[in-house]
Amino acid sequence: MIDALPLAVTLPLLGACAVTVSPAHARGLGLLAAVLTAASGVGVTAAVWSDGVLRVDLGGWGAPLGIALEADGLSAAFLVMANVVALAVSVYAGGYFKSESARHFWPLWLLLWSALNGLFLATDLFNLYVTLELLGLSAAALGALTGTREAVAANLRYLLVGLLGSMSYLLGVALVYAAYGVLDIGLVAEAIEPGPIAWTAMTLMIGGLILKAALFPMHFWLPPAHANAPAPVSAALSALVVKAAFYLALRLWLDVFAPVLNEAAANLLGILGAAAVVWGSWRALRADRLKLLAAYSTVAQMGYLFIAFPLLAATPPGLARDNLLAAVVLLALTHGFAKASFFLAAGMVQKTAGHDRIDELGGAAQALPAATFAIGLAGVALIGLPPSGTFLAKWMMLEQAMILGLWWWLFVMMVGTLLAAAYVFRVLSRAFNREPTPYRFVNDARTELPALLLGLIATFGLGIAAQPLWALLEQGAFG
Amino acid sequence: MTGQVLYAQLLYGGSGIVLVLLGLWSFLVHAPLLRKLIAINVMGAGVFHILVAIAYRGIDTAPDPVPHALVLTGIVVAVSATALALAFGKRLDQ
Repeated sequence: MIDALPLAVTLPLLGACAVTVSPAHARGLGLLAAVLTAASGVGVTAAVWSDGVLRVDLGGWGAPLGIALEADGLSAAFLVMANVVALAVSVYAGGYFKSESARHFWPLWLLLWSALNGLFLATDLFNLYVTLELLGLSAAALGALTGTREAVAANLRYLLVGLLGSMSYLLGVALVYAAYGVLDIGLVAEAIEPGPIAWTAMTLMIGGLILKAALFPMHFWLPPAHANAPAPVSAALSALVVKAAFYLALRLWLDVFAPVLNEAAANLLGILGAAAVVWGSWRALRADRLKLLAAYSTVAQMGYLFIAFPLLAATPPGLARDNLLAAVVLLALTHGFAKASFFLAAGMVQKTAGHDRIDELGGAAQALPAATFAIGLAGVALIGLPPSGTFLAKWMMLEQAMILGLWWWLFVMMVGTLLAAAYVFRVLSRAFNREPTPYRFVNDARTELPALLLGLIATFGLGIAAQPLWALLEQGAFG
Repeated sequence: MTGQVLYAQLLYGGSGIVLVLLGLWSFLVHAPLLRKLIAINVMGAGVFHILVAIAYRGIDTAPDPVPHALVLTGIVVAVSATALALAFGKRLDQ
């Protein structure tokens, strides 16, 4: 079972090579690689679930010289979400891209998947830099697949911002190596001590990552890049790629820089997150296009995740902190499923209607009951209505904020939730309009079912059956 | 001996930091794509400078191979990123 760890990275890489060599069979080979990769990703999570932390020293070379892959509860939780969402995106893409664009899509998509799994499993700060760069390069190339001027310009900006973020991260890595002579996360965590070097390294690394995670006010690149990409790519970018940067920031925060943290840094992240919640939700409410709305909603949802940092910093270690951490992870995972579902369904609507202007969607959405239902389910999770995972996660965050007496975070989350309800209902209210009731619920199974399933997972799966996540997160040196 | 190592590290590492700052400034201030790309590459060169300076352990001792490996990998990544950005720029110019 231990071999599943490198497989999760190498299978999509091999798949990418295969579809490049044989573009005529890109779709078949790509789907095969997608199924195998998702199976290995889920397999890793299942193994962590039953056996605890997995670690593989690649090539038999141990740290500090060698490069290790490791899966603990935190990485396993993100890994399973990413692989299920990526599989759904792959099935959708199999129907979405036709011959010519499919040849461009599959190699880049499998490379992105490989980088994503690598990022969740890598334990070496420099290796993480390489996966970040691979992720950024393949994501920007995928986002520009439509080849329109807007898409290319938006993704060029995304690429440049991403490069700046990686440069900042790499400079932090160089400082860490200069000071401590090791790069393995565990070894750095043992060696690190408070001081100007650790401080500067933390600022550079986390600063670079929040640029990539599109935290307000560094979110400016996200809406045009995500809104102009093809639907399956938007889903992957919004649900997975920004989440990967957040995962890494959380990992560094918890595992590497724990001894050098202070409340000022946490509060700064929280304030930026609060601004993102309000600004992103407001812009989503005002957006005139469905995909732009979803992209701004991502800015807002990323904000909630960063509000967790001051709460985490103020909570003493113990059960309350573990619950808070699990709530944050649950929020991130639910958003991953919900936003992917939203974008996939929006893509279907856009394809059928020929546009995605919200005010003119009347009927077009009603002709697609499954897609509209998926948008509704995703909306439930984005707002945080019960029984979605978001509801549970927000509830626990609010409770902790009340216990700590930090009521202003509560206020921000309430405003964000109300605005989210407003923008989701704005879409749904436009979806029903005079058309006769359609005869078929599902019109195009290949594109609608993945969206529907992801929406169901976000709304029912993660809310009602959230308990396993707590058990999973207990595996490993979490916190 | 150690004084000489420290001096060399400070000289090369310090110029690396200067390069990073120059690149950052130019990246943020100038709008044209080519200038931004050159700026980000100057920044990258600065970071690599720092890594090479870290690796230096005096004239008689072999340098630390790990930062060298990092620099090589970093160069590959920087070249690919620059190529992709240039391809985007070319598409925009058409």
